[in-house]
Amino acid sequence: MVGGLFIIITSQNYIKKIVGLAIFQTSVFVFFVSLAKIIDGTAPILMKVEAIYSNPLPHVLILTAIVVGVATSALGLALVLQIYKNYNTIEEKEIEAEELKSER
Amino acid sequence: MNFLIDDAPALVVVLPLIVSAIIAFMPSSRWPWIISMITLVVHLFISFELLSMVQISGVILYEFGNWQPPWGIAFKIDGINIGLQIIFSSFVLITTFYSRKIFLSEIHPEDSGKAYSLWLLAVGSLNGIILTNDIFNLFVFLEISALSSISLIALGAGMNRKALLAAFNYLIIGAIGATFYVIGVGFAYSMTGTLNMSDLVIQLSQYSTGQLAIFAGMSFMLIGLMVKSAVFPLHLWLPPAYSYAPSAVSTLFAALATKAILYFFVRLIYEVFTFYDHYLIIFLDYVLMPLSVTAIFVGTIIAIYQDDIKKLLAYSSIAQIGYITLAFSMNDQSGITAGFIHIFNHALIKGGLFMAIGYFAISSQDRVTLSSINGYGQKYPITSFALLICGVSLIGIPLTNGFVSKLYLFQALYYNHMFITIALIAISSALAVIYFWKIVESLWFSSIKTEAVSEDPAIYIPLWIVAISIIIFGIFSAPIVELANMASSNLFGGLSN
Repeated sequence: MVGGLFIIITSQNYIKKIVGLAIFQTSVFVFFVSLAKIIDGTAPILMKVEAIYSNPLPHVLILTAIVVGVATSALGLALVLQIYKNYNTIEEKEIEAEELKSER
Repeated sequence: MNFLIDDAPALVVVLPLIVSAIIAFMPSSRWPWIISMITLVVHLFISFELLSMVQISGVILYEFGNWQPPWGIAFKIDGINIGLQIIFSSFVLITTFYSRKIFLSEIHPEDSGKAYSLWLLAVGSLNGIILTNDIFNLFVFLEISALSSISLIALGAGMNRKALLAAFNYLIIGAIGATFYVIGVGFAYSMTGTLNMSDLVIQLSQYSTGQLAIFAGMSFMLIGLMVKSAVFPLHLWLPPAYSYAPSAVSTLFAALATKAILYFFVRLIYEVFTFYDHYLIIFLDYVLMPLSVTAIFVGTIIAIYQDDIKKLLAYSSIAQIGYITLAFSMNDQSGITAGFIHIFNHALIKGGLFMAIGYFAISSQDRVTLSSINGYGQKYPITSFALLICGVSLIGIPLTNGFVSKLYLFQALYYNHMFITIALIAISSALAVIYFWKIVESLWFSSIKTEAVSEDPAIYIPLWIVAISIIIFGIFSAPIVELANMASSNLFGGLSN
């Protein structure tokens, strides 16, 4: 989690920021799924004998969250593409410099 | 018609979502608008239908797919959120009517189908945020609304390419906020095994209040929501996003988007985590309240130094969100009442201001700055006068609804013996006069003399509906105050000290 957050904050490159975001989100998903594990639990399938099974609900929730995460990354990459078309760079510093120049 | 009544709670959210998929690929620019208008009229009608159902039978619990909560997702509809829902729905209708001319001039006509598709997506998900009773379902709606608003903001790139940067920043910051919220949900779920808010209250009451996991979960959830609702130090995404978005989009979001999330924020504090009151009181007194007061000052002072008017209004929004969170941080019924009143009143005021500025923006085809609107008071008298009404209401002059909110806020602060805060709020209101006066000065008191031009009724009719309701709710504030009172007494079981 912290690694992803660190990449988002420190990197100047927009693609790297999106990669950081993806790492951050994925690690949260793993955390969430790990909550479901029950020691000696099996997969939650209907069986003849009674068995201890892992909690399926977090898996389902994370399935939703993964979809959301994919959509976020996709939209982010689409925006980066548009930014590149407009500014010819995806480095934050260069864009800021260009904006300063155009304001003058 | 039977399904319409039985499934009305779901339809309120689902209807805009379905229609948004239908109109996404329409090439013409007129039909998406007409279909959206019809959808939103039906939507308002269903909301009123729901209101009458709530009045007859009390709280409605709608279970999706007949899965009983706590397993299934449920919507809980009571007198409060249906009231908010109707206010939202009517405002969205007015804004949609207004948006046609703005979208025609600010975005490519071929994109208009996609724009309205995203528009309805945002509306549906904001309704979902208000009605849902499930903390994970909220995350999904939060993300739908965030993704659709980011795309809408990016549509402003046709006018100014900075809109892309604003949208990208919002995407990154918003996604971090939402992910924080999910971490919080994970902690809460691991301790209680439930996601349903009503059930969560019961489960949480079984734990001793020293549970660190729940405390951590609560903190993550609250901070995530604070990012999303632009509470002061986490507000950085908001000013560029609002000022570079197409004007109709700024109107919709300035009026509604953060408000829906603030409503959920309050529910979380006063309804769900009530058993963790000693943590919450520390959070409210030592975190939220100082931040709100700082937000009011920082927002107002930055607004004074802005030249670009949409940016000025966006910073003033930060200050106004500060007023709302200040009211909510009081841990007192009168405070929550004041907060709800201001949510409604600020939606009208800021919506009206952005509408007027949006018209100036499309008529000059450029950024609206203080110098560019010189003499517009004579050139566009009808729009400018409505702008003046919204502006005096923002400051809080009697006979406008802004005064009502300030009155209730002062009253609540007085009950809580927070006299220093009263003085600070009074000073900040005086500071708000400065930035609004700058707009008035350029509008009416510049040396440029111009002839009045004929204005566009498609713009000034919705604008004046907002301006007149500002005055009506300033004089007859009873229905809103009653709704807010009901909301606060329902929420406020009382955090004990």
